[in-house]
Amino acid sequence: MTWLRLAVANLGLSPLTSAVNVLLMSLGTASIVLLLLAGSQLSDTMSRDARGIDLVLGPTGSPVQLVLSAVYHADMPPGNIKLEEAQRWADDPRVEAAVPISLGDSHRGFRIVGTTAEFAELFGAGLATGRAWDAPLEAVVGSAVAQSAGLAPGSSFAGTHGFGDGGHGHEAHPYQVVGVLEPTGTVVDRLILTSLESVWDVHAPAASHAHEAGGDHEHGHEHDQGHDHDHGEHDADHDHAGEHDQDPDREITAMLLRYGSPMAAMTLPREINAAGTLQAAAPAMEVARILQLVGIGLDGLSAFAWMLILTAALSVFAALYGSLRARRGDLAILRCLGATRWELLVALLLEGLLLTLVGVALGFLAGHGAMEMLGGWLEESRGVALTGWTWIPAQTLLLFSLFGVGAIAAAIPAAQAYRTDVARTLAEG
Amino acid sequence: MQAPAITTDVLKPQPTGLPSGSEPLAVDVTNLGFSYGDTTVLNMARCELQRGRSMAVIGPSGCGKTTFLHLLAGLIRPVTGTIRVLGQDLDELQGTRLDRFRGRNIGLVFQRLHLLPALSVTENVLLAQRLSGGRVDATRVATLLEQLDLGGLEHRKPSMLSQGQAQRVAIARALVHSPALIMADEPTSALDDEHAAQALALLHSSARRVGAALLVVTHDQRVRGSLDSELELRVPA
Repeated sequence: MTWLRLAVANLGLSPLTSAVNVLLMSLGTASIVLLLLAGSQLSDTMSRDARGIDLVLGPTGSPVQLVLSAVYHADMPPGNIKLEEAQRWADDPRVEAAVPISLGDSHRGFRIVGTTAEFAELFGAGLATGRAWDAPLEAVVGSAVAQSAGLAPGSSFAGTHGFGDGGHGHEAHPYQVVGVLEPTGTVVDRLILTSLESVWDVHAPAASHAHEAGGDHEHGHEHDQGHDHDHGEHDADHDHAGEHDQDPDREITAMLLRYGSPMAAMTLPREINAAGTLQAAAPAMEVARILQLVGIGLDGLSAFAWMLILTAALSVFAALYGSLRARRGDLAILRCLGATRWELLVALLLEGLLLTLVGVALGFLAGHGAMEMLGGWLEESRGVALTGWTWIPAQTLLLFSLFGVGAIAAAIPAAQAYRTDVARTLAEG
Repeated sequence: MQAPAITTDVLKPQPTGLPSGSEPLAVDVTNLGFSYGDTTVLNMARCELQRGRSMAVIGPSGCGKTTFLHLLAGLIRPVTGTIRVLGQDLDELQGTRLDRFRGRNIGLVFQRLHLLPALSVTENVLLAQRLSGGRVDATRVATLLEQLDLGGLEHRKPSMLSQGQAQRVAIARALVHSPALIMADEPTSALDDEHAAQALALLHSSARRVGAALLVVTHDQRVRGSLDSELELRVPA
């Protein structure tokens, strides 16, 4: 306690130097904490989103783009494939589950996914309220969509063509919300699910024309008159969609597959890719590739952050070492008062560690705070949910490393204090 | 290397009847020799100082006065001879045990004060009390500061004290744990007559109160007259 009090008092003697040291240490720490949190959560989130999906079938092209668009809904889809062709592979005995998806529209930045009821099961998402869709233009929305867009069973919305805000609207084909999914912490929270037929209908050239040509005026009326009329229309659409099912030229954006056995991973992708018309991309592999690329960037930033820490350590060293000359007399007096060599060593170490402690504490606070702020912004703008209020094992290691750095910075000054030649110092005055 | 007897322990009339015969000598030095390399700094056949007595260590510059004090405090080791402080052979103590012995039994006052600048007056004295291994007694510290006319300055930093006030704090720090041997190195050289007398009187009264031995290294004539005995050192040939 004595030495702690003395260390605090000594640091208080040069408040500016101490503050700069703490600031340097906390900046470096905050940067590393931020990078660790972002990197680890990004990889966690990506792995979680792809957990139920072993393989994605899509058009030939970039496998990364295919995975990003079909699994993470974070990129433009590379194109469409014929449902019939994809279905051939889906019916393969090695495939346990196959879920087609059809993309193209969004509502307030949330993607509308035409799919089957199995889609939500891939992510383990059950219904929180309402029911599953059973007719075209009925939709089940993810929890984040419901909250952010204010949607609940009974409300309706119109899709917008494309994934941004600039696309033209599909006001002629409003969706009816029939259910809301439980929050899962996966990408499905931010999706609007509907039947494949809905998407086909909205985009069918003939249907679209018919509605636009004569529908607008009437459409308004239908809304005014309430649900009965709507249902009538849905029923009609449904029949229509039934016909589409038989159409061999029906297209989807991608087919998500789950293997029945691990053996399928060895053979199936190769067979599909060899067949030529379709591309099979394994999310796990593509994620690894993406994270490797991201990782290079993170490593570079991390190196800069460690440079900051190193600078902080050097600064702590310089401050302690520089103060030694002025304090030699104090140290000699302490020895005369009964302090041991080891206590002087501890006194100096404590000063270095105190600077480190405050710097690191502020750094962790700032790092987590920044992550939380960044996470809020990312969630709003990119749909990537990251939080600052989490602790990952690497941080514990970081904590020990930082105190190690602090101790090393203080070690040489502490050793000098240990070696203080009391008699000579006193004789020199 | 023959050590001639250069000690002159001139005894003056004793004011008190201390000490009782069985008590060990505060300082008991035999055949002391110290040198830096080939340069002999100190040669002393014999030196004794009883508890309750005071002694001035005088001599010209370079005669080893300060070295002698450092030897007695165990801050440096003699090349030859033995030093017993309060019956304890300093040669038998090493490292931490020596530091603790010094802290517990010896009070040192230096010409340069070296109060710790980061700590207040009270904290400076409390730290000495704690380092001496004794019980931390804030009341005793407050009383001592009061006795030294330092009341009201308890929370000041050393940089806010006058020279005389700082000197008195340094003395308080050396006396707070009631050491059996008080040693001062030129305690008055930086003080004017009035403050020199005050500091000296304080050293005397403190030593008397706890029955401590007082050893003062000085070339100050004002000091010599008030001490019981004198040890005159000469520059070794």
